[in-house]
Amino acid sequence: MVTIEINGQELKAKAGAMLIEVTDEAGINIPRFCYHKKLSISASCRQCLVEVKNAPKPLPACATPVMEGMKVFTRSPLALAAQKGTMEFLLINHPLDCPICDQGGECELQDVAVSCGSDVSRFVEGKRVVPAKNIGPLIATEMTRCIHCTRCIRFGEEIAGIREMGATGRGEHMVIGTYVEKSIDSELSGNIIDLCPVGALTSKPFRFQARAWELTQVEGVAPHDSVGSNLHLHLRGNKVMRVAPKDNESINECWISDRDRFSYQGLYSDDRLTVPKIKQNGEWQDVTWEVALDMAAAGLQEIGEGEQIATFVSPSSSLEELYLAQKVTRGLGSNNIDCRLRQGDFRLDGAEPAFSWLGLKITEIEDLNAALLVGSNTRKEQPILAHNLRKAAVSGAKVHFINPLQLELNYDASQQVTTPVGMVQSLAAVAKALGATGEGAAAKVIDKVVADDDAKAIASAMKDADNAAVMLGNIAAAHPDYSILCALASAVANASGATLGFLAEAANSVGARLAGALPHLLPGAKAATEKGLDAMKLQKLPRKGYLLLGAEPGYDFWDAGLNQSALESADLVVGLNTHTSPALEAAADILLPIAAFAETSGTYVNTAGEWQSFRGAVKPLGEARPAWKVLRVLGNLLDQDDCEYTSSEQVRDELALLCEGVVPDNSVGKAESADLHSAVDGLIRIGDVPPYALDSLVRRASALQQTKDAAPAAICINAEEAKKAGLADSDSAVVTQDGREATLSVSIDANIPDGCVRISAGLAGTETLGAQFGEVTLEKA
Amino acid sequence: MVNEVCLRTLDLDRPWLLEQYQSRGGYEVLSRILKEKTPPEEIIEEVKKSGLRGRGGAGFPTGLKWSFIARNAPGQKYVVCNSDEGEPGTFKDRDVLRYNPHQLVEGMIIAAYAIGATQGYNYIRGEFWEPYERFEAALEEARKAGFLGKDLLGSGFDFELHAHLGGGAYVCGEETALLESIEGKKGQPRFKPPFPAHFGLYGRPTIINNTESLASIPMILKEGGPWFADIGVKNSGGSKLFSISGNLNNPGVFEIPMGTPFSELLEMAGGVKGGRKLKAVIPGGSSAPVIPGEQMMDLTMDYDAIAGAGSMLGSGAVIVLDDTNCMVKVLERMSYFYHEESCGQCTPCREGTGWLYRVVSRIENGQGRQEDLDLLNDVAARISGRTICALGDAAAGPVTGMLKHFRDEFQYHIDHKKCLVGAG
Amino acid sequence: MNTIEVNNKAEIFSTEIRGEIDQWVAKYPADWKQSAVMAALRIVQDANGGWLTTELMNDVAAYLDMAPIAVYEVATFYSMYELKPVGKHKICICTNVSCMINNSDRVVDHLEDRLGIKLGQTTEDGRFTLKEVECLGACGGAPMMQIGKQYYENLTPEIIDSILEGLE
Repeated sequence: MVTIEINGQELKAKAGAMLIEVTDEAGINIPRFCYHKKLSISASCRQCLVEVKNAPKPLPACATPVMEGMKVFTRSPLALAAQKGTMEFLLINHPLDCPICDQGGECELQDVAVSCGSDVSRFVEGKRVVPAKNIGPLIATEMTRCIHCTRCIRFGEEIAGIREMGATGRGEHMVIGTYVEKSIDSELSGNIIDLCPVGALTSKPFRFQARAWELTQVEGVAPHDSVGSNLHLHLRGNKVMRVAPKDNESINECWISDRDRFSYQGLYSDDRLTVPKIKQNGEWQDVTWEVALDMAAAGLQEIGEGEQIATFVSPSSSLEELYLAQKVTRGLGSNNIDCRLRQGDFRLDGAEPAFSWLGLKITEIEDLNAALLVGSNTRKEQPILAHNLRKAAVSGAKVHFINPLQLELNYDASQQVTTPVGMVQSLAAVAKALGATGEGAAAKVIDKVVADDDAKAIASAMKDADNAAVMLGNIAAAHPDYSILCALASAVANASGATLGFLAEAANSVGARLAGALPHLLPGAKAATEKGLDAMKLQKLPRKGYLLLGAEPGYDFWDAGLNQSALESADLVVGLNTHTSPALEAAADILLPIAAFAETSGTYVNTAGEWQSFRGAVKPLGEARPAWKVLRVLGNLLDQDDCEYTSSEQVRDELALLCEGVVPDNSVGKAESADLHSAVDGLIRIGDVPPYALDSLVRRASALQQTKDAAPAAICINAEEAKKAGLADSDSAVVTQDGREATLSVSIDANIPDGCVRISAGLAGTETLGAQFGEVTLEKA
Repeated sequence: MVNEVCLRTLDLDRPWLLEQYQSRGGYEVLSRILKEKTPPEEIIEEVKKSGLRGRGGAGFPTGLKWSFIARNAPGQKYVVCNSDEGEPGTFKDRDVLRYNPHQLVEGMIIAAYAIGATQGYNYIRGEFWEPYERFEAALEEARKAGFLGKDLLGSGFDFELHAHLGGGAYVCGEETALLESIEGKKGQPRFKPPFPAHFGLYGRPTIINNTESLASIPMILKEGGPWFADIGVKNSGGSKLFSISGNLNNPGVFEIPMGTPFSELLEMAGGVKGGRKLKAVIPGGSSAPVIPGEQMMDLTMDYDAIAGAGSMLGSGAVIVLDDTNCMVKVLERMSYFYHEESCGQCTPCREGTGWLYRVVSRIENGQGRQEDLDLLNDVAARISGRTICALGDAAAGPVTGMLKHFRDEFQYHIDHKKCLVGAG
Repeated sequence: MNTIEVNNKAEIFSTEIRGEIDQWVAKYPADWKQSAVMAALRIVQDANGGWLTTELMNDVAAYLDMAPIAVYEVATFYSMYELKPVGKHKICICTNVSCMINNSDRVVDHLEDRLGIKLGQTTEDGRFTLKEVECLGACGGAPMMQIGKQYYENLTPEIIDSILEGLE
C-alpha cells in the first residue's frame, strides 16, 4: 500500500494500481472514454489527463501507476485545461446530432461535454463523415459519431475472444468497424452497445423506439441460461423497451449474452397468448378465466386416477411456479412431474445427484488449470460461463472438449470430435488412463476401452492441475447414454481429483430439484417415497391428462414426435403457456395464458446454487396472469389444502424453509445398465438445441432470429457422409426417424464427425422428428 | 575531421562489400571483443564515455539506454535498428545502408553482445529497396564469414540478424510503433511505461537504436569513447551525419564534428542556390521549429546551441529556405504531412493535426480569418505534450515556430488574401 | 481461433509465393508468424499487379493464422499497400518540403500533362498511376520520385521524359 494525495485528500492505494482505479474507488470523478475497468488500458482518448506534481506534462490517470507520496490534482487549472482541450478535439468532428441520436440522454460524451466542453465551437472546417456499415441485426452503427475509444475493439479481442471489429485506415481517416460488410457474430456482441460511450453503436431493435429519459429502470434476472445474469429492464409504461446488464461481479460482471439482452422482443410477438382459450369440437374459443379454470379443474378431477396425470414443467419456470406445479400435481395424487424435458436417458434415476450444480462458484471457473467438458457447446449454451472458461484458458488452463461436433472456439483447446457412442468411449478412455475402474455400468465400459494418447494427455492434464473440473453440458444431458456419461465423469473426477460439475441447462434446472419438480424428488430435494414416472416414460406410456407449464410441444421435448403423439392421445391437455403455436393448439384442450419473463415475480436458483428473486417489471400482457397465481387458483378449485398464498414471496419462503440445510451435491450413484443406446448401425442424429431455439421467448425474438446462430433447421453432414448418402450441398432431403419424416435442406459441414448428421432440435421443421439423438436415414427428396 | 565514423569508407570503390570494409579494419573490433570476451559492462561504459546520443532525433544517450537492459535476465532479448528514416529532410541512414552496411551490422552484433541478445532486426522503411538489398547482401556476406549465426568466431556467442521492411508510415520511426510493426500490426506507438528495455519486441527486453547510432559503435570501440567524445563538443559527442537539403547548390550528407558552425556546413553544401538570401533554416527535420537565417548563421550544429535558439537538432536534417519561399505554403505542406501521418490512436493528434492543416491551408488560400493565428497557436498548445508519442509535438512545433518568427507573413496573407513573398 | 478455416494451406497462393512468404515467416519466432504479414501483403500485391483485393487479404490472414480484420488494419494503415487497381508503373512523387521548394510542382504538372491524368489517377491504358507521397528520404536529390522499387532524383521535365521512355 502507498499513500497518495488527490486534490488534497489523503488516500491509501495498492502499489501499482492505476490512478483512475484509486479515484474511482474513492468516488472522485475523472472523465474518461477509452478506459474501462474490464478492458486493457489504451490511454488513447486523453480525456483523463490530470496534473501530477513534478510531472512536466498532464498524465493520463488510466495509465499512471500510483507511487508513494504522489500528489495529484484532478481539477487544477492544468488538469482542466487538458481535459477541455481533449473535449474540444473530440467534438470538432462529432456530428452533434444529439436530437436524433439514440444515445442522447445517456451519452458519456454529452455528460463530459457539460463539464469540459465549450458552448461555442471554434472549428469552422468541414466535419468528417463515415459511411455506415451493416454489422448485423443486433447493433446499429452510426460511425460518424465514433470517438475512436476502441472499447468495442478491445472487447472483441479480450472478452468475446473474436477479433471482428478493428480500426482501419490511419489518422483522421481511421474508421472503427469490420472493414468489410460483415455481421458481428459473437454471442456476447451486444455488450459493445453498453461499452460504446457515444451513439456510434446502439441497439438496432431499440432504435428510435424511446428516449432514455422516458424509461424507468428496474432490476431483473436473466431467464435463458443457468447463470442468472443480473439485468436492468428499461421500461416505458407497461412495456419492456430494452434489457441491459446490471453489474454483479460474482455472476455476470458487467456483461450479458445477446440472448438475455434481446429476448424481450419475444414478449410482443403476434402469437403471444393473451386470453384463456378452450377447444370445443376442434375449434378454439376465447373464454373467461373462470370458465377456463373451472374446465381445467373439472377435467383433471374427472381423470380420477392420479397416476394418469402428468405435468411437464419448463426448467425456465420460476421456483414458485415449479413448487406450486408439483404441489398441484401431487395434490392430484400424482408424482408424475418432470422438468427434464430434453433428457432421454433416465437409467440413473434415484442414483443421480439430488441437487446437482456447477460444483464451483462462477468466479472460480477462471481459476481452473484444467477442464474437461463433455457434451457442451459452452459458448452457445452458457455464454457467461464460457467467458469465464475462456479467462481460465487464456491464462493457461488446458481445456478439453469431448463433443459430437467441432466447436468454433475463441481460445486454444483440444477437441475430441466423435460420434455419441464415441463420446462414451473417449470419456471411458480418460477414466482408464487415470487408472479408474468405476463401478456398475462405468466399470463395464471402462473395461472395454483402451487409453489412447489423447486420453492419456487429458488424464495427465487433469491430474496435474491444482484446480480441475469435469463438466457435463446440454449435449451430454440429452445424450442417449447420459447415465453412463455421468458415471464416467464421476469416475474421472474422483480419479483425477477434479471437481464434477453440471452446466445446468436452464435458468431453474437446479431450482427445479429444490422445488421438487421431479418424479422422484420432493421439495427440498428430498427423495420421494413413492416415485413417479420420468419424462420419457410419461410419454412412452401415455397418460390421460397432461398439464404443461411453459413447455411447448414439438420444441421443448427430447423426442418431439413422441411427445406430440402422447399429447394427442390424451383426454385432456391443459397448457399454461406464454405463447401459442400450431403444435400447441393441436395438442391442447385448454390454454391458460401466463405471464412471461419480466411480467412476474419469482426466483431462479442458478447453476452455482445462488437464489435470486426478482419482481414483476411490467403487467402481464392482455389477460395473462402469473403462473404461480394460476396454479394457486387451480389448487383452490381442486380443493387442495394450504393453497392460500397472497404473494410469490410467501411461496418462496415456504419452500426456502423446506430447503434449509440442503446443500448442493454432485455425487453420482451407480449406473446399472451398460447398454449403449447411442450405438447405432446407421447415421445418428445430433439434435443439439441452438441458442436461439431454447425456449418460447427466444424462439420469437425477431432480431435474434436473424442472426447467424439462428440458422433454419438443416441436415448438416460432412462431405464424406453426404457422398455416401448421395447428397450434395443445398439438396433437399427427407430425414426419417422412428417412422416419422421431415424434409430439410442439406448443408455440408466439416465440423460434423463421420456417422453423424446434425439436425438441431427446437427448430421449425423438426417438430415431427424423433429423439434429439437417435438413428436416422436420409434420402434425396 | 570529416567522414571519420559512418562514412569513413566512402572513398572506396565499392565500400558496401565485405572485403572493402575489412580493408579498413572492418569487423576487427568485433573479432577482438569476441576473442577477448570483453565484459559487456566495459562496452557499455565505453559507449557512455563517447557521449553518443541517439541519432534518430531524440538524442537520448545511447550507453545509458543500453544500461537499462537487465542483461542477465533469462529469456530472449532483442536488438532492433531503426532504419525507418522518414522525418522530412532526413536522408543520412539511407547512405549508411547503401555505402557502409557492414559497419551497421558490426555495430548491431556488438550491441547484441553487450546486452546479451541473440536476435536482431533492422527495420528499413519499405521504400528503401536499394538500401534494403545492400543490407541483405551484407548480411549474407557476414553470415558466410561467420559474423552471424551460431557460435560467432568460436566464441560461443550466437547472433542472427534480419531485415524487416516497412510499408510506408512515418510514425513507425517512433520506436514502439516500430516494434508493433515488426509484430505484424499497425504502427501505433505504445503507451510508456513500460519502456522497450523492459517490454519491447514480442514483450521481451529490447534496445532500439538509430542506424547512424549503431553504425558509430565499431569506431567508438576501436578508438575509445573519449576519442569520439572529443570530436564533438560538450553534451554533443562525436561527429554527426547532417542531411542538408533545400535551396542549395550542393545538397547532401556530410559527416562533420558536432559543434561545427552552421555557416561552414552551408558552405560545404555549396551555399544558397543562385546566391539568394538565406531566409530561414529548419535545423533538425521538419518537426524542428524554424530558425530565421540571420540567427542561424551564428549558431553551431550541436544539441545545446540549437536548443538554445528554441529549436532542436533532431536527426540533423537541415532544410535551407531562401527568400523566394512563402512560409505559409511551407507550413501548409508540413502540416499536411503530420495530418497524413498521424496514426490516429490518440485524440489530440488525430483531430488536432487535421485542424492545424485546414486552418493553415485556408490562410494560404486566401480565406484566413483574423482569429486564425491565435487559434493555431492554441490548437498546437493543446496537442503538444498531451499525446502518447512525440508526433503530436512534432506537428505542433513547426506551427509555433513559424508563427513566432514569421507571424507577419501569415498576417499579410489574412489581410491581403495573397502572399507577401509574391507581392514583394 | 478467429481465423478463416482453411483445410489445406497449400491451396492458398502459388508455390513461389508461398516459398517467398515462408522465407519471411522463418525470420520471426515460431509463434509470431503474423510478423510476416507486411511482407506477405507486399509479395501478394506485387504478384497481383500492384494492388490487394479483400480476397487476397483474407488469404494472407488464413495463411498466417490471423483474424482477417487484423490484416485489413495493416493493409489500410501503411501507404504502400494499394486497395484499388493501379497502373503497371506506380509513379510516386514526393511533394514534401525539400522537394516542394525544389519545384516538385513542376514535376507533378509535367507528369499530369504528359499522362493526361491527375494525382491519384491511372491512365486509361493501365500503364501509369500518379501518386503523391510523403518524404521518401532522398531530399538531397530533390525533386525526386519513385517508380516501382527505383528512386529517380534531381528531376527535370527532360529527365522525366527519358525515364518514362525507358519504361516498358
